[in-house]
Formats: sequence, structure tokens, C-alpha cells
Amino acid sequence: MTATRLNTGGRIDRSRRVTFSWDGKTIEGFEGDTLASALMASGQQILGRSFKYHRPRGVMSAGVEESGAIVTLGEGAYLDPNVKATTQEVFSGLSAKGQNAWPNVRCDAGAVLGLFGRFFSAGFYYKTFMGLPPFEWGRGTGIWMQYEKLIRKAAGMGEASRAADPDHYDHSHAYCDVLVVGSGPAGLSAALAAAKKGKDVILIEQDFELGGDYLNQSDPVVELKRATLVDALKAAGVRIMTRTTAFGLYDFGTAGLLERVTDHLSVKPLHQPRQRFWTVRAESTILATGALERLVAFTNNDRPGVMTANAARSYLNRFGVLPGQDIVITTNNDSVYRTAVDLVKAGAKVTVVDLRTELSNTLLNKMSQVGVVVKTGLAPLKALGRKIVSGVQLARPNGTQWIADDVLSCDLLLVSGGWSPVVNLQSHRGSKPIWNAKDACFLPGKCNDNVTMAGSAAGYWQNDDCEASGLAAASLAMGEDVKPPSAVGWERPLKPLYEVRIAGQKTKSFVDPQHDVTASDVRLAHQEGFVSVEHLKRYTTLGMATDQGKMGNIIGLALMADALGKEIPDVGTTRFRPPYTPIAIGALAGRNTGEHFKPLRRTPMHDWNLKHGATMTEAGLWHRPWYFARPGETLNEAYIREATTVRETLGICDVSSLGKIAVQGPDASEFLNRIYTNAFAKLPVGKARYGIMLRDDGMVMDDGTTWRLSENSFLMTTTTTNAGKVMVWLEELLQLRWPELRVHVSSVSDQWGGVSIAGPKARTAIASCLEDAGVIAAENLPFMGVRKTTLKGGIDCLIARISFSGELAYEIYVSADHGEAMMDLLWDAAKPMGGCLYGLEALGTLRIEKGHVTGAELDGRVTIDDAGLGQMASTKKAFIGSALRQRPELTRSDRAQLVGIFPKNRNQTFNGGALLCEKENVKGFGEGWVTAVTHSPALGHWIGLGYVTGGHAAWQNQTLIASDPTRAGEIEVEIVSPHMFDPKGERMHG
Amino acid sequence: MIRIPCPFCGVRDHSEFSYGGDGSVQYPALEASSQDWHDAVFQRDNICGMQTETWQHVNGCRMWLLVERDTMTHEIRSVRPAQTGLTTALEAIK
Ligand SMILES: [Zn+2]
Repeated sequence: MTATRLNTGGRIDRSRRVTFSWDGKTIEGFEGDTLASALMASGQQILGRSFKYHRPRGVMSAGVEESGAIVTLGEGAYLDPNVKATTQEVFSGLSAKGQNAWPNVRCDAGAVLGLFGRFFSAGFYYKTFMGLPPFEWGRGTGIWMQYEKLIRKAAGMGEASRAADPDHYDHSHAYCDVLVVGSGPAGLSAALAAAKKGKDVILIEQDFELGGDYLNQSDPVVELKRATLVDALKAAGVRIMTRTTAFGLYDFGTAGLLERVTDHLSVKPLHQPRQRFWTVRAESTILATGALERLVAFTNNDRPGVMTANAARSYLNRFGVLPGQDIVITTNNDSVYRTAVDLVKAGAKVTVVDLRTELSNTLLNKMSQVGVVVKTGLAPLKALGRKIVSGVQLARPNGTQWIADDVLSCDLLLVSGGWSPVVNLQSHRGSKPIWNAKDACFLPGKCNDNVTMAGSAAGYWQNDDCEASGLAAASLAMGEDVKPPSAVGWERPLKPLYEVRIAGQKTKSFVDPQHDVTASDVRLAHQEGFVSVEHLKRYTTLGMATDQGKMGNIIGLALMADALGKEIPDVGTTRFRPPYTPIAIGALAGRNTGEHFKPLRRTPMHDWNLKHGATMTEAGLWHRPWYFARPGETLNEAYIREATTVRETLGICDVSSLGKIAVQGPDASEFLNRIYTNAFAKLPVGKARYGIMLRDDGMVMDDGTTWRLSENSFLMTTTTTNAGKVMVWLEELLQLRWPELRVHVSSVSDQWGGVSIAGPKARTAIASCLEDAGVIAAENLPFMGVRKTTLKGGIDCLIARISFSGELAYEIYVSADHGEAMMDLLWDAAKPMGGCLYGLEALGTLRIEKGHVTGAELDGRVTIDDAGLGQMASTKKAFIGSALRQRPELTRSDRAQLVGIFPKNRNQTFNGGALLCEKENVKGFGEGWVTAVTHSPALGHWIGLGYVTGGHAAWQNQTLIASDPTRAGEIEVEIVSPHMFDPKGERMHG
Repeated sequence: MIRIPCPFCGVRDHSEFSYGGDGSVQYPALEASSQDWHDAVFQRDNICGMQTETWQHVNGCRMWLLVERDTMTHEIRSVRPAQTGLTTALEAIK
């Protein structure tokens, strides 16, 4: 292939030179070039190395179906592998290099792998796992472990950067009446027709120019038509998006688009994202996505210098590059003759080799007039040339076999094996394409959605027909009763051709060049019984490369059909799935990365906590104080000091993240009585009660205290993590099951700032913060009492005397705006008394010492009895879950039950998540598991909570093993009552 | 992307909604037997075609809805409020 840039012609701008680098060399192109056309024009022929065999590859197409010129762009963190040079625009400063090769694509040490082809044939990985005779009978895994690294290094695509993606991406949404995908003859006509009828139209084009097949033609009349159409579209207000791929079609007219915003720019504006991910909702969709020309399987059909015939037409007419001087075009259809004429006019010597023998004299005369030599009844058997094509060995059919014929020398071998309409997007919607034997292609089938196919995507092969089908599609999309025009088709019928070979000759003829799947791989799959298309695909990886089988699928199907003695439609086809072309993960993520990956919820005292030295931790979406370290303190030192301080004096802890739900209405008490396991109907005003709610299936859902503020008004608290779930559940019950209950629920979690004050001196500290200190006296606010009162400065608040730590403790809630003021008041009072601020870690210590459960214990798999709270399930009333908690499996006495855990050697620690096993039987799931572990300052050693079969009673005075093989190993532990500290609860009643 | 016409808010993407479950289930009284509750909670048909489902417009009006949806095509045949009183009220203002 000796390509040259022509002095005239094409759509490139010769006045604007573009300098870029290829494998470190400086190369010049023009604005309007793709990387492929610029490299071709500058004489670069080998642009890639193949996936498995490291065979040299060059440009094979001029579009997204490219399987040869696959390169890596950019440097460092901006490294972008597996980019198709045929679609990438060149720009000044672009840096590109070959991939899957060392030291470079022209001279690749890995090419020696090609000599060991048998190791890489279909099913290589599977067979190697099972043992590869004769090396390792039945010991495949061993050899695999040794060679995996080598093989993975040698076989593959480009390497991604290991650094985080430094680019940013956006998400956008749009609505329209008609979405038109593709701007060729059909798409432009359809978009204009719809817009003229007043429809809001969006036109999508993956290329950087509008026109599709118009762009591949040199006729000025065609260019005038194209320009006129584009101007009319702009005048009609059509929203035009170039460099945008419709990668998927989804339910209800939703399309996913990827807009490449700055990938073609030398200077990327900071205010622009690299790419934009669009979700478009359209009333109707017209797919004018065109058709792709197929190759044919023959020996060495992947040599640089072999490409599709239409690609040559595109390089010549669009990019002003004559891709060869001495050209052979092999074909089985009419589409190549226009290309032959164009190439001859540009100065090349052209021979067309047509498989068909019955060509019209008109055509033959026309060809001989312009100087195109036509040979008939022949097909390519083998591309000649070691690294680059230097000729072609032809063959002629003889019955079902082939016989070798002439050898033609050439520097460019063009192939046309027929055309495949791009039905991918419609296939995303579950539409099955229909095989058309006449044109040897799949045509779009029936689709239930408002999706219309037009142009060559619907099997119209001439520009005029495509335009007419575009107009008809627009009418159909608008609900008009129109019959699509009948397709004229090819002048002379196509003669199906998928593979040319002489039986018995072992050669490499590629079906899916991108994944190095050969025709023999397909036959091997058939031999070994992988005959369904889905099995064929997985066994050979045919169609699983980045082009998703755009080039090779039909040939693969045809070969399998041949092996099975069936017709192609009887073999079936795999369903196409999004994306049509690869999408960067970054585009899918958009701005939802890093801190924006999920929303951050801050309590009203968030800044106050930080100001006072809090180290934060995540609790669901919330950030909560983890511990308040003094200078030089570690986490362990800090939380042990905090927990000790709470037990000795007092501590203050932000509990604002607890879920809070206002439950109001005349039937509120009846409602609560149905959802909690214990009695709520007679809870007096001014009292709080701890409640547990179950799911329908009898498992524990959530727990918390609910406060009766007045006859018809309750404040329910939930755990931080279940706040949303409980709210949804209450709404479901009220709207779906008990519409007769006059109850209203609303989430007030963010309206209140809440704090817990715990410790022997809690009452004294709070008293000094109240306008009326008497309110908090023991006789006025007994255990579980709730009062509305006022903090100093006139801040209204709710005080409840409830305890999670087992100490004398209160929770105070104020409106969120007053959160910080409340903290200032309380801290000023507590600090001089020797109090502390404490975080989640100390909170955990205090509750573990008391055997109080949280999410770690209430994990959705435990019953109320398992959690040791069975006495809270009323026997006098029915409640949600009361029926199904009686199921035999849930009432067995040997179920795992909540226990306390001590290390046998009190100096040892153990881990949450460890399995509890019998001493001589450390295996499987064991007898239970550890849910939480802490160092207990009250007891002076490490303690834990967990579940063990049969509970505390079953394992008293016995030693179990806390088995944690990946971390701490095996630790001997004792099972104790979960109430490890102050079991009678005397401290909180003080 | 399924789009659901909420009777209160209009047509919205399904990402605003959360799926509940089988909308045809009649839950027994709380006092009913384990067997009745077992059937209501665990016995489900796996319908190929049109089925009634509960959905909540959780990122919208938070109303629970009864949605008739085709499990094969995602076609939505009807949407009405789950609370029967609201259906009547909506009919009245039509
Ligand atoms: Zn709504």
C-alpha cells in the first residue's frame, strides 16, 4: 500500500496544517483528517498489532467498525487506549501510539507468538484450565498459574492508565418529538420532513460532519444537495448534534447519547466537560444508521493493505488520499464499481475481480472505457506479502470447492463481501432482525416501539431510495399512514460469499480480526459441539471485542450454518446490546464522583463538632463525630477516655441523625399499637417508650423510642440507617392497608437537632442550662419522661429522659437552627464539671457493655427472641409480624441468640466478623458469629456481642474459638450474658 | 427507562419511583392465622404479561400507586392511587 495525498479534492482544509505525534514521530495532516487518513497519507502502514497473534494490522475501514487501526491516545493520566484511528479527528498536539506491541507496532517481539497459534485457538483458556495434553494431564490449573501472567501480558488490547481519570464529564437531558439518528441521505431527509411539519427534532451524528454517504462522493451536485439540506435543517430549527453517538435505545423512547465535546480540540476549554452523557426522551425515533461493508474470510485477509472497498472511496473522496497505486478490488456485488471509477480517475491502476459471471455489457463497456480491468468468476484466496500486501492469489469456484487461479500483484486489496444494515439500536429494543437471502443481510424486523428504520439501515442501497425512505419514515413517525417505498436493490443480484478456502489447507483467515477469531476457530467450535450462536460466541469470543462483531458476526454465522448444513436464519443471531460503541466509565459516572458520589448529610451541629475537634466517620449518608481526640491521642485512647468519662461524670453526643417521624391524628395511638410489638395504646402523654417493629415475615425491622407529645401527636425516632425505610413502610401501611386510620406521618429528621447527655452529672449540667431548673428534677422528669421546656436564651426544646448508655441520660431536641446554640450552652456547663464530648466509637462501647442492639445485631435475619428482646412482644394484641414470628423455624430453641463474649485470656482482643466455633471443630459456619467488639473501660478488657446457637445458656462455662483466619487467627473466648455491665440497670434510674 | 404517569404529578421517569410489590395481594387481618399470612407474604405468581403492582412516587408526591404493567413490554396500562378514597376524590374533580 503506497498511499499518497492528492493535491486537490476531498473535504480536508489544506490551508490548515495540523502537527501531531505518532509513536514519537512528528507527522503532519490537515484539519478535517482523521488519524487514520493522516497516517495513511504520510506513509504509515502498520498501525497496530493483533490481540492474540501480534500480527501487523493496518487501516481496514473508515469508521466505527475498524478492527486494525486501534491505537492509544494521550499520555500519563490522560492515556486513552483502544481508540479507533478511523474516527479520531487529528488536532495539533495530538499524541498517539501503537498498542499491544513491544518495542513498537512495526517491529514487535511478541509476533513470535503467532508461531504458537495452536495455544491460542478457540477454547484455549477452557482447555488449559482442564489440563493441556500432553504437558499436564488433569493438572491444568498448575500450568495456568505459571503462564497466566505471561499470556495476559502478551495477549490484549491497549493498557489503561492506572491514575484516576483527570477529565470531567457531564450528564444532560433532552426531550423532543422526533429523534433522528444518522445524517446520511435518509437521516437528513427525515429530519427535514419532520421539522417542516412543526415537530421538535433532534438530529444525531457520530461523525464530525453531517452527510453520511454524501461525504464519500466527489460529485459537486451531491455536495450541493447535502449543503442545501443542512442549511434547511438549521433554518427549520432542528437541534443538530455532531460527534454524538446514540449508543443505546431503551424503554419509552429513551435514547442514551454520548457527545464527545473536547476530544477533537488542541486546547480543551476548562468550562467544558470532555464528554457529555445525554438521556433523550423522544416521542418517536428514526434510525438512519446506515450499513457497514463486510470483509470475506480468506488467508491473510488481515494484512495491512487489505480494506473494505468503500473505505478506499472515503479516503479518496473525503480525505484526498489515494490509498494505493496498483489496486485489486474483489467483490460479490455492484457497490464497488463507483469506487473503481473514482480510483482510476485519481490515477490508480484498478482491477475488479467479481465473483459473479453474468455482468451486463453496459457495465463492462463502461469499465473498459474508463480503464478498469474486470475479471469475473473469481474470488480472493490468499493475500500475499509478508508484512504488507504485495498481491493476491485468486480462486474460482468448482462445485462447493475452490480451485486456485491467477496471482495478481497489487499494493492495495479492496474487499466487498456485501453490506450489513446497522440494526443494532433496534435490536436493543428486543426486535429480531430478519434474514434477507437476496441481499445476504439481516434487515430490521418488527418493533413494538415507535421506532422507524430508514435508508441503508432498512435495506435501501441507492441514495435516491434512501432519501425517499427517509421521507416515508418521517411520515410514519408522525403517525401518518404511509407505505415505505419499495427498495430497488442492486442492479444485478449479489452472490453471497463468506469464505474462500481450499479444503485441508491450514491457514489463518480472520472472521473477527479484532479478537483474532479465525474461520478454523469457528469450525473447531462446531466440532467440539458449541453449535448454538450464543455458545459459539462465548467459546471463540467472536463478536466480543470492542467492535461487538460489527465486522465478523455475519461471516461467523455463515460458517456455522455451513458446518451444520443449515441456512443462516436457522442458526439464529445474537442480540445486540448497548453500547453501540465503547463509552468511558467516566461518562457514565458524570459528576457523581468523589465527594459527589453520594449526597452528604450534615447534622445541624456538624460545624460545631468539627470546631471542637471531632474526627468524623460515615453513617449511611451522614457524617457523624467518631471521636474527639485530645492532642496526641489515638482513636483507641480517645474513645476509652470518652466512655470512661461518661460513666464517671458526663458526656455529650450529637444524635441528630436519628430518624424522626411525626405521627399525628386521632388514630395515631392505634396505628403505633399495630406496628410496634409492645403496647402503645395506653402510653400516657409526656412519656416515651422503647419499641420494636417487625416486618410482615416476623423478622425485626427497626427499633427506637416514641414520645407521646399530646393526645394525638407522637414523635417517633428510628435508627439513623433505617429512617427512610421506616418512613416508606408507614406510608405504605397507611395508604395501602389501613386507609381507614386517620393518621398522618411526616419526616421531621432534618427539623430537629438532637443531643444526648449521659453520665452521673448529666442532670446537674442540664439544670444549669434551663430557664426553669426544676423541670428536670427527678420527680418532674422520671425515667422515660418527656417535657417541653425552654433553654436559657429562650430556646424551646424537648427533653426526654432516655438512656442508650445505661447511665442517667437525657436527649434534648431543639429546632435545627438552634443546634449550635444548644451545644454552646451544654458544653459551657459540662466542661468545667470534667465532662467530655463523645463520638460514635464511645457510644458503641457504652451500648456493647450494656448489650444494647443496633444495626450490626438487627441485620434483617434475626427475630425479636434471637435479639433477646422476646419479652417485648405482646401476647395480648396482634401486630405486624405477630403471626409469622410463630413459624416453627423461627421458634426453635437452638436458633442463634444474642450473647456477650469475653476473651478467655483477658489480655487478648478479637475481631468483629469472626466465626464462633467449637474448639475441635473450627470449620464451616461454626456455631455463631461476632457482631461487635470494643475495649470496655468499665470491665478493663475487650468484650464483644454476637450470636451463638442456643444462646448464653447453651455455652455457659465452655470455651469457644473466635475464628478469624485472615486477620487475628483463632482466639479462645467465653460466652456470657449480653448484659455485661450493670445488668440490673440501677445507674440509669438514679 | 419506564415512564409512569403519576395521577398527582404527571409523567415521570421510573427513577423517581420505587417498586413495592404485587398489588393484587389482600393482606389478612393482623389476628389472622399464620397460614393466611404465609400465603399473603410468600405466595406470588410470576406473571408473564399484565400485572398490578404497587409503586411509590418516593422522590415526588410520596403517594403509593397501583400500576398495571406488562412484565414483557413494560407497557403501563393504568395508574391509580392505592388509597381508594383518593381514587374516588380524583374521579370527582375530573
Ligand atoms: Zn406523584
